[in-house]
Amino acid sequence: MANSLFQEKLCSNRFLVTTEVGPPKGADISEMAHHIDLLKGKVDAINVTDHQSSVMRFPSLGGCLVVKERGGEPIFQVTCRDRNRLALQADLLFAYSRGISNILCLTGDSIDVGDHKEAKPVFDLDSVQLLKMIKIMESGNDMSGNELKGAPKFCIGASVHPEADFIEAQLVKFDKKVTAGAQFFQTQGIFDLGSLRRFMQYASQFNPKILAGIIVMASARMAKYMNENVPGIIVPQAIIDELATAEKGKGLQKGIEIAAQLIKTIKEENLCHGVHIMAVGNEGTVPDILEAAGLVGVRP
Amino acid sequence: MIVAEQKTLDEIRRMIIPYHRILVVGCGTCMTVCDAGGEREVSFLHNALRLAETKSGNGVHIFSEYVLKRQCDPEFIDLLVDKVGDIDAILSLGCGIGVQAMAERFPDIPVLPGVNTSFMGMARELGVWDERCAACGDCRLEETAGICPITRCTKGILNGPCAGTKNGKCEVSKEMDCAWVLIYRRLERLQQLEKMRRYYPPRNFRAIPRPKRIVTKASTGTGENDG
Repeated sequence: MANSLFQEKLCSNRFLVTTEVGPPKGADISEMAHHIDLLKGKVDAINVTDHQSSVMRFPSLGGCLVVKERGGEPIFQVTCRDRNRLALQADLLFAYSRGISNILCLTGDSIDVGDHKEAKPVFDLDSVQLLKMIKIMESGNDMSGNELKGAPKFCIGASVHPEADFIEAQLVKFDKKVTAGAQFFQTQGIFDLGSLRRFMQYASQFNPKILAGIIVMASARMAKYMNENVPGIIVPQAIIDELATAEKGKGLQKGIEIAAQLIKTIKEENLCHGVHIMAVGNEGTVPDILEAAGLVGVRP
Repeated sequence: MIVAEQKTLDEIRRMIIPYHRILVVGCGTCMTVCDAGGEREVSFLHNALRLAETKSGNGVHIFSEYVLKRQCDPEFIDLLVDKVGDIDAILSLGCGIGVQAMAERFPDIPVLPGVNTSFMGMARELGVWDERCAACGDCRLEETAGICPITRCTKGILNGPCAGTKNGKCEVSKEMDCAWVLIYRRLERLQQLEKMRRYYPPRNFRAIPRPKRIVTKASTGTGENDG
């Protein structure tokens, strides 16, 4: 029996679509709830980011509860930046007890890129060790070997960066994540399908399902900003130039077209097992992207 | 060696306000090498403090100076015993260890830190120091080609680079090398890439219960257990 609805879908041969919501800076969750309602029937699962870019926000776990309450399938993004191994295990036990069973294991961005630069970075574990920790918990023990009263069962995933400029080292880490038990990967933003093709030539020898990360750009300025400031993002000049051709106020529309075209090609060429759409602040555009990419259809 | 930076003159002047007679004490070892608190810096600071007081017209302090060979060693600190009789405060230009060693030796005299102790590092070029060791108590440099990921990776992670590395640099700074790119390249050069592929388990922080104590075999005394 699958540990979650999403895990069941991973086992199917369907082209999967996931997306993400970023929790608010503050206690007013109405906008996030609105986005969840808008997206829940149209995608296979919704990630909730964990203080994305190290900016303090409403918690990922709380966001996952909201997704769950509203009938969606959450993916709990867990970073190692803010919690030591006690807190990580505790949060995972709580998540499991509330029916949150999909976990995306991440190391987390550096504290220095966020809005609480003076905070203490934790990084007690890294993403590979976090995956291993979850496998230990599933076996019925905590990390110190003590028996758990009630072992959780999860569907665990990780991230990979096919467009990294030093791909060899990233692939070594990818291998470690596969060995540690990752069942799915959501990649960092893909802009160049050549790099995705090359990555998939390598990755397809392994079992985990690969969902290509698609970032929706709202303008050439945003693309340049992300290149400068967001860890791991490399938007090629050709995409920046294409965004720049958009008329004033039509940048987001151009971004939606670019994203939809990427998704369409990935699906048509069967490049990988699905896509993960990151609309960073423009979550409302995801249904338009899906429509433009020809991916409309109820996803229960 | 230990690397430190001298505090600003303003901060030091604010610290000494409550005290009249002040002994400025330098350290002849690390602080001398990193130009933070050796003989030259003690003399400069002494003069700067006097000059600042003269300028502001409210000179209330009396300064004296001395440089110990090592402030972290009671044997050398003992040389100060007959120099602190009428002293109200010691301004130490030793590292954080020196300040504390002096505070332990002179329980009735306030000891003020004149430097910010920064890290353990090596000289890059004249006047440039790079951090290299975090004193984690569990050295794994054999596995990482002599490049420490705990010190040199901003996240201190053990199983390879995060996705934030760009052009071989860290996501935190375009000037800072990604430790894991350095490690990969050097392991490749040494034909030891299998070490890159190994899984490294989480760190054992019990290797470093703070504060630590090391008792060498050469030790003769038992030492007072005050930990």
